[in-house]
Amino acid sequence: MRASLWIAIISVAAASFALKAAGPALLGQQELPARANRVISLLAPVLLTALVITDVAGQRWNGLSWPILMGLAATAVSRLLKVPSLVSVIIGMFVTAGFRFIA
Amino acid sequence: MRDGELEGLSCFREAFLGGMRAGTGLGVAVFVLGLTFGALARADGWGLIAPLAGSVVIFSSSAQFTLVTVLSGGGGIPAAVAAASLINARFLPMGLSVAPSLKGGRWRRSLEGQAVVDGSWVAAHLGGGRFDRARLMGATVMQYPAWAGGTALGVLLAPTQHQIEAFGLDLMFPAYFLVMLVDELRVSAQARYAALIGAALAAGLVFTLSSGLAVIAATAAALLGLTDFPGRSKLCERAYG
Repeated sequence: MRASLWIAIISVAAASFALKAAGPALLGQQELPARANRVISLLAPVLLTALVITDVAGQRWNGLSWPILMGLAATAVSRLLKVPSLVSVIIGMFVTAGFRFIA
Repeated sequence: MRDGELEGLSCFREAFLGGMRAGTGLGVAVFVLGLTFGALARADGWGLIAPLAGSVVIFSSSAQFTLVTVLSGGGGIPAAVAAASLINARFLPMGLSVAPSLKGGRWRRSLEGQAVVDGSWVAAHLGGGRFDRARLMGATVMQYPAWAGGTALGVLLAPTQHQIEAFGLDLMFPAYFLVMLVDELRVSAQARYAALIGAALAAGLVFTLSSGLAVIAATAAALLGLTDFPGRSKLCERAYG
């Protein structure tokens, strides 16, 4: 396991570096077309949505838990009410921990 | 130094500090996430050094969690490396998107592109597909030591899954992304529709694909940007063409 673990770590690091470097290296100073920019503007909300949903759902929705859902709801409502980011997250953590404590 | 350069430098500094401020909250979330990664990797027999080395050279929570998960599931090295790299495939379009905002020749741009991580990339987005390079770097500068430091603490303290859950620490990662999402949804009606389509895709795809692949496939919802649905305001037409 030992040597192969290190090979795995270095391989993923190299792949990650290459993926991040490819765009800037290939595109250089060229501007992207306006249509591409409109797609990229939407990439942020879509990516965040997908990350949150897959994290909360887990494989085949097996990871779903009520305390997490209640915590996330508290975070979302706090943020909609313009509570600062970190405070919104901490409120969510209190709600999740509280629900687990009661359960 | 000419006046213009001085002015440019002070603008860079201002945006960099702005990025650091945005990165502080992200850094706290990343620190806690790093702690859970360190604990998980240690519990899976990675030892003391390998988890920290992984965080220093890979610097990607999604790829590292995938690596641990696939390896502990007996998936083997090639499968684990492939899965972890595939998850980071999102950095390809993200790298393309920031490319015009970076500086220098191809090598320097490739290095500057390493500052792209999910949180910073969103924080550096100025709208209309344009990015602030200084803000991107400032936000990442806060998260890199937080990720490595959190991993180190996780390896040393080795908290159990039960302890992590009792304090609600496992909420940190989705909650922070949710906060950024709420802010993104305020931008435009098109952003809200795209997020809705992406949500439906991700929700359905986790039944058949791994989480990482579901995320990548769900980003197809951003192609809504190629259409005019649900109609853009005249102001946006002028700003983004």
